[in-house]
Amino acid sequence: MKAGTKGSSRIEPVVFHTFNTIFMLFVVTVTLYPFLQTLAVSFNDGSDTLTGGIYLWPRVWTLENYRAVFISGTIYHAAFISVSRTIISTVLGVFLTTMLAYALAQPQYIFRKKIGLLFILTMYFNAGLIPNYFLIKNMGLLHNFMVYILPSLVSAFNLIIMRTYIRGLPFSLTESAKIDGAGEFRIFWKIIFPLCTPVLATVALFIAVGSWNSWFDTFLYASSDIKLSTLQYEMMKMLGSIMSANNDPSMLAGGQNNQVQSLVTPASMRSAITIVTAVPILFVYPFLQKYFVVGLNLGSVKE
Amino acid sequence: MSDAVLDKQVKKQKTRKSKIDPEIGVELSWKTLKTQKQLIFMSVPIALYLIIFNYVPIWGWLMAFQNYRPAVSFGQQEWVGLQQFKFLFSDDTFMLVLRNTIAMSFINLVLGTVTAIGLALLLNEIKLKFFKRAVQSISYLPHFLSMVIAAGIVSTSLSIDGGIVNVVLMKLHLIKDPIMWLSEGKYFWGIIGASNVWKEVGWGTIIYLAAITSIDPSLYEAASIDGAKRFQKMRYITLPGIKATFVILLIMNIGHILDAGFELQYLLGNGLTVDYSQTIDIFVVKYGLAMGNYSLATAAGIFKTIVSVILVFIANNVAKRLGEERLL
Repeated sequence: MKAGTKGSSRIEPVVFHTFNTIFMLFVVTVTLYPFLQTLAVSFNDGSDTLTGGIYLWPRVWTLENYRAVFISGTIYHAAFISVSRTIISTVLGVFLTTMLAYALAQPQYIFRKKIGLLFILTMYFNAGLIPNYFLIKNMGLLHNFMVYILPSLVSAFNLIIMRTYIRGLPFSLTESAKIDGAGEFRIFWKIIFPLCTPVLATVALFIAVGSWNSWFDTFLYASSDIKLSTLQYEMMKMLGSIMSANNDPSMLAGGQNNQVQSLVTPASMRSAITIVTAVPILFVYPFLQKYFVVGLNLGSVKE
Repeated sequence: MSDAVLDKQVKKQKTRKSKIDPEIGVELSWKTLKTQKQLIFMSVPIALYLIIFNYVPIWGWLMAFQNYRPAVSFGQQEWVGLQQFKFLFSDDTFMLVLRNTIAMSFINLVLGTVTAIGLALLLNEIKLKFFKRAVQSISYLPHFLSMVIAAGIVSTSLSIDGGIVNVVLMKLHLIKDPIMWLSEGKYFWGIIGASNVWKEVGWGTIIYLAAITSIDPSLYEAASIDGAKRFQKMRYITLPGIKATFVILLIMNIGHILDAGFELQYLLGNGLTVDYSQTIDIFVVKYGLAMGNYSLATAAGIFKTIVSVILVFIANNVAKRLGEERLL
């Protein structure tokens, strides 16, 4: 009996770890494969893709799909708008979130609970799409670049992350500065802000990704203005035209394709624009990766 | 300052005790406002901004009790009481939309939670630090991609010419001919559920892994001495250890049960699957913005908000009764 349990306890870890490793490799494959296939399709000849069988590597290499994406001037302007909105939202959002979090982290601050509650409630409570639309309209923000910046400047979730982090900083840091007569804003800007670097990176990542990935605000508030179109919105339009023309491969996406003589199908063009839109995220991801886990766990700490 | 004056001040403070916030220990007075004016400057404008963008629009709820027409001034609108709500609940489309929303939310909640906890448990068992980190990094990645990209990838994977799902199923001889997954309503909920798992499962493990890490290691040691097997330790130590996290996330998610999402359904849905793909949010966009029936769409939005607030309070109170951690 004793020998039996000993034997199984020696075999069990091996069996378990083998299966676990295989399972993890499966998870990794399922996660990554769709990207790799999209990448392969984006570099493969459009009409050849339709015959199927493109898995990990292009069969008939071509750059035509990317040429078709970049041939229209719209894409450059859309990229410019996407980059602008992301940078402005991130810089403003990070600064304002941190400043507010600093104030709300001061235990003696008289409005700290009231303002905190005001923000937390917004996580569950929303006036709804139509009232929000009318607000934006009445403020003159329809077809206005500021509609990408203003409504989502400070979010409750990021605020909670920042506040939890600032509360965890040692009090002695600010105490001595206060004795020396430094004002609150000076303490915030000179002492607290630089100390927040890891969590600033997290919040910046969340805001930047949210802004870069957003297409719904363009759809709602600026859809008729081509000058305000973003990369995500261009991609969404393309996806829509493909979904409706799915069974008609001869139909070319976009309007400028007359100059592109070779066969660029909607599906291959979609792959190319998917890669173009995803590359910035894939590029910054490894650098910011170590930060967001910390940030997310701070956010989950109860009030 | 003499002792007598100090005594007086203490007395004064005692008599005005009711006005002092017991936790902060600061009184709401002009003096406090003056000493804290810098903090006020740093926070109140942002709070006002929040009120403008998140609370002022509630005023628009009045539209739900009117027969709102855009060309007419607000005072001239026709008041119709609860007629919009009555219409909403007698409308077959809205009932269908409600069913779809709840079904997809429920599928997302159950699938999302189960897969996240399962993956967290298994990730926790990996001994090789570098392998564990690599798997985690890769599994978080899809979370950062937009829904547009996700929808593009999903529709590529499900396509009939070379989509990987059909290819694998055919290689396994589970199906004979490729299936047009996105053209049939009966697959739609499953596709949404699976897509969300693909996108969010890695992200979902972060919080659970943190909760697992905070479990006292001596519990595992004691269990090992008592002869507990790997799965017994998971069942009797790890799972109870992450229960509080589970409850908090459940409360948060229950509040969002009518938020089945808009983007993925909108992007992947089409005329053939409309009976299964339309959610409340799509209904609101369609009736409100596309058809100009603002009053009805607002009523649907109000319904959604009120249900979610009620659900959060119920879940919060149930958790309180059960002695679990709460959110509010």
